Amino acid sequence: MSSREDILGRVRASLHRNAGNAATAREVMAAALANRNPGPQPAVASEPRALLERFRVKSEQASSTVEIVATEAEVPAAIAKYLAAMSLPTTAVAWASLGALDWAGAGLSVEARGARDADLVGITGCFCAVAETGTLMMTSSPDTPAAVSLLPETHIAVVRAARIVAYMEDAWNLARDELGSLPRAVNFISGPSRTGDIEQTIVLGAHGPYRVHLVIVEG
Amino acid sequence: MEIKSMRFKANAEASLANVVLQGNLKNAKGKFVTKRAEAIKEIDDFEGTRDAAAAIRNKVIDNLDLWLERFETRAQETGAKVMWAKDGAEVCRLVTEIARKHGVTKVTKSKSMLSEEAGLNQALEAAGIQPVETDLGEYILQVDNNEPPSHIIAPAVHKSLDEVADLFHKVHGTPRKTEIPALTREAREVLRGHFLTAEMGLSGGNFLVAETGSVALVTNEGNGRMVTTLPRVHVVITGIEKVIPTLEDLSTLMRLLPRSATGQSISNYFSILTGVKKPEEHDGPEHLYFILVDAGRADVVGGEFHEMLRCIRCGACMNHCPVYQTIGGHAYGWVYPGPMGSVLTPLYAGIENAIDLPHAATLCNQCGVVCPVKIPLPELLRKLREKQTDAGLRPLVERIGLRVWAWVAQRPALYGLGARVGARYLKWLAGEDKSIRLLPAAQEWTNGRDFPAPQGKTFRELYAARQKSAKEAA
Ligand code: SF4
Repeated sequence: MSSREDILGRVRASLHRNAGNAATAREVMAAALANRNPGPQPAVASEPRALLERFRVKSEQASSTVEIVATEAEVPAAIAKYLAAMSLPTTAVAWASLGALDWAGAGLSVEARGARDADLVGITGCFCAVAETGTLMMTSSPDTPAAVSLLPETHIAVVRAARIVAYMEDAWNLARDELGSLPRAVNFISGPSRTGDIEQTIVLGAHGPYRVHLVIVEG
Repeated sequence: MEIKSMRFKANAEASLANVVLQGNLKNAKGKFVTKRAEAIKEIDDFEGTRDAAAAIRNKVIDNLDLWLERFETRAQETGAKVMWAKDGAEVCRLVTEIARKHGVTKVTKSKSMLSEEAGLNQALEAAGIQPVETDLGEYILQVDNNEPPSHIIAPAVHKSLDEVADLFHKVHGTPRKTEIPALTREAREVLRGHFLTAEMGLSGGNFLVAETGSVALVTNEGNGRMVTTLPRVHVVITGIEKVIPTLEDLSTLMRLLPRSATGQSISNYFSILTGVKKPEEHDGPEHLYFILVDAGRADVVGGEFHEMLRCIRCGACMNHCPVYQTIGGHAYGWVYPGPMGSVLTPLYAGIENAIDLPHAATLCNQCGVVCPVKIPLPELLRKLREKQTDAGLRPLVERIGLRVWAWVAQRPALYGLGARVGARYLKWLAGEDKSIRLLPAAQEWTNGRDFPAPQGKTFRELYAARQKSAKEAA
């Protein structure tokens, strides 16, 4: 007997499985799978300004830094200013979806491609963002490779204010509506990577980025 | 992993006598508890959320066979391969076979307690494949002669900064560093090279989502993302009980898991991985394997301990356990320490191999109160004690003692007399300073602490006196 049959067989025996209770159980299962009602959620005000404010506050609590600009055209200059202020390099790797911005005009040299170990700055967008916890939702695709938010020491993410939702459950519904099925990787990111494994002392920059900077575009 | 739970008493004594360990435990104890208490305040309906979480877990465990089949079908549709392992030995065999098939020489691992159960690192090494632990805590333990973890969330919680500094100086051959950020950076640099060159990544799974056939991974360091993004092959090892129905259910459980574990509103990274890389994608594995592991779980389904299968491995029960806080995790002798370990070890490793563990608790119910999925841990521990007694696994003296006690307790007059004599004897024994340093017949108990002496009268005497004076007053 295969291990699969052995294991499932013992589970079935423990549950006294028969055709009758299997049919009932299948109905329960179908209902559970079709259920889109969220469980209990903490209160999050859903008005756009309140969402943006909560997202900002929670992101800062997760040790990200946040800047708000009015239009997308202002993004390259804002990022150039941040990099200069932090004495970080002006060369970066970015998602292809951001490739059309005028990076050179802001004095930055940005390549749209997958990330390499030597890349020090990674610029991404995000699929949407969750106000409840100050979280970015990244969905992988050829134009939005996962490693750009992971390998570089600095991760900068451009977030459209209109894409800030209240809860993770809202993010799943957006994904179902817009993508159909889940992409290979959905990564929720809340601040720079960290560890507390030595004496429970939090250190930022474990294996992923040391810092996460968010540029929120209001317009 | 070898089971050393039968040496619990000796291990606990050694832990109590270990000054460095006692310092480290004291240092860690408050942090988890305070942070969790703060974090759960953010949830308006915490009890309601716990109920919802328990219901989600029950829903699957009550029909686990069907949910497993459903998950398997969905996962296969996404391009993953699903395998099944009866025990740790089969896990080792399957992982080795997958590694050989894909020409793998190095495996980067993010934390997996099941791989500890299986002793996978030793098996891979024996097969000439290099396993590299990448969670900082697990890495520290691996380079320290494969020391076992002492906590499921913070595996190296028993180690001090000084000990890590000495260790890194020795194994990396670098100048000794004394700052935690510098040590973390050193590990980062060593491990980056491994992330980039390993052909295979291995992870556990916090949850398996039946709706989408995905695995959900909760991490902070980013190592979980590295091992599931960079290598060509990704192998997920999880227990068969980890299935949950939908993404909505995942969100509910995520409101509780990081808060209960580390006191975070959400972990830094939360990854939901589904299927394999598309040809035009830059990163992600070309091959994804799920190994669904029984190792004792199937036999717990539908039985008197089935509630234990709800466990989401948050570690809150051990963080809040006075026994764990005092002796640390190693004394428990297997992979899972604290109250959850005292239930799981006898169930998975054999009740006769962990005689002392169900007794390594005061049944104070701190664990039951904090458990995010409402597992009645003290009740399960008590049931295990009963089972031991029924199976004749407890010492004869204890069994006779319990019988005598039961006989006396059913005779109120005799019980009252015994209590009166006992209370007065203990008061006399304590003398002036009102605490007993050495209790005859219970020396083991008084070795580690003093016994507070009764004040002379028994509860029944005090109660009777109170009733009498109340009557007189009326
Ligand atoms: S038993 Fe409960 S508290 Fe303990 S690890 Fe499991 S889920 Fe957490």
